Amino acid sequence: MITSNPFEVLSASLPLEPGVMQAYVVLMVFLVIGGTLLDVVHKKSGKYFFEKGQALKKIAKREVSGGEKIGLAVSTFANEVLRSSEFENRDRRISHLFTMYGFIFFVVTTAILIFGLPAAEGGTPITALLWHLGALSICFGGYWFWFKIRVDVRAEGNQWYNVHQSDLFVVSLLLTATFALVWSAMQAITGAASALSIIAFIVFIAASTTLFSTILWSKFAHMFFKPAAAFQKKVAVADGSRDKLPEIPDLSSAECKERYPDIPEYMGDNPPNMGLGIKREAPSHY
Amino acid sequence: MPTFVYMTRCDGCGQCVDICPSDIMHIDPKVRRAYNIEPNMCWECYSCVKACPHNAIDVRGYADFAPLGHSVRVRRDEEKGVIAWRIIFRNGEKDMNLLAPITTKPWGKHIPQLADAPPPSQEVRDSQLLYNEPKYIRFDDGGLHTLESAGLKLKTGVYE
Repeated sequence: MITSNPFEVLSASLPLEPGVMQAYVVLMVFLVIGGTLLDVVHKKSGKYFFEKGQALKKIAKREVSGGEKIGLAVSTFANEVLRSSEFENRDRRISHLFTMYGFIFFVVTTAILIFGLPAAEGGTPITALLWHLGALSICFGGYWFWFKIRVDVRAEGNQWYNVHQSDLFVVSLLLTATFALVWSAMQAITGAASALSIIAFIVFIAASTTLFSTILWSKFAHMFFKPAAAFQKKVAVADGSRDKLPEIPDLSSAECKERYPDIPEYMGDNPPNMGLGIKREAPSHY
Repeated sequence: MPTFVYMTRCDGCGQCVDICPSDIMHIDPKVRRAYNIEPNMCWECYSCVKACPHNAIDVRGYADFAPLGHSVRVRRDEEKGVIAWRIIFRNGEKDMNLLAPITTKPWGKHIPQLADAPPPSQEVRDSQLLYNEPKYIRFDDGGLHTLESAGLKLKTGVYE
């Protein structure tokens, strides 16, 4: 089951023309592009980034060169994008990495499996395997987040089934991945044309259509905004504006001692590393 | 100066919810980001400001602290044991950086082991002082410190 292409089975048994599936994928791509653009216009996020950039430029201490900006963009991609380094909470970061990489593998392999249908009978077993593993990874990271990590359950005492509009993205993503797996399993167990298999397929398509068509109301577009925000933060540090945050100097430097005499008076000439402080324990005092 | 959260910076991690002694930092049920549910009840302890890993919480200064439209931002560095504030006035010209120690010893070390302290003697029990009262309060050294005992005088009005 795990190495078989469910779209190929669907195309052969129902039968659903590969062209219809390909048109659906193209439609989803257009919905993502259109939804993201609409989101940018409606929430004025592009305007916000631009105005914030201009405001920080006014208090910048130096100009950041183009080469430096490329370096910062590479660093943003390597850290914030590829490794989700923004998350302070270790569990949240791991769950996000599982969900993110699962989603990437799932989407890419879906496209490969569907667009490979007429020619090479839907791609190789390895692509189908990655499709299943991608969906499993989404489920692992996503359900971990949904039941254990998300703050309104962990901190606010809400029940896990308390669903709001803000959960549109994660719920539709989880339903998509879950019912993709259920559909594939039903194909193997009860046959491709069985009622259970068709119901699972309908839920899978409904969930994925919801996921890709509701960008204006969901947090789908965070995958585009977050890297932009992380890049802007790095530029703000490089140009000295520091996003209006204060600078913390080297405490043992002569300049610091002269400017802030309290530091050597109370902490000594070479203040030691004080340890993790508040970060010694995860927030769990609710 | 009650606190407020920048929604674009907050990622809903819950550190501020955890630390707020007034229990007024909550997670918005719609956008899943933290917010101060009742700024009037804020003690202005700034625990949330300091605890926020993304510097997403700022304070809105009163008008007698800085003219409206200013920015007050803070960073807490646990390992260095300091806290830094930056206050920028709305004209952008007044840009102040402040730095202060928040600990003089490594965190979690040197905690007084009160259980190991000797029990109070009869003399201490009969005294008006609290048991193990810190010396720096110095109630046993000249009584209560007042303006008068320090040779100071209360002035009225605003003065330099």
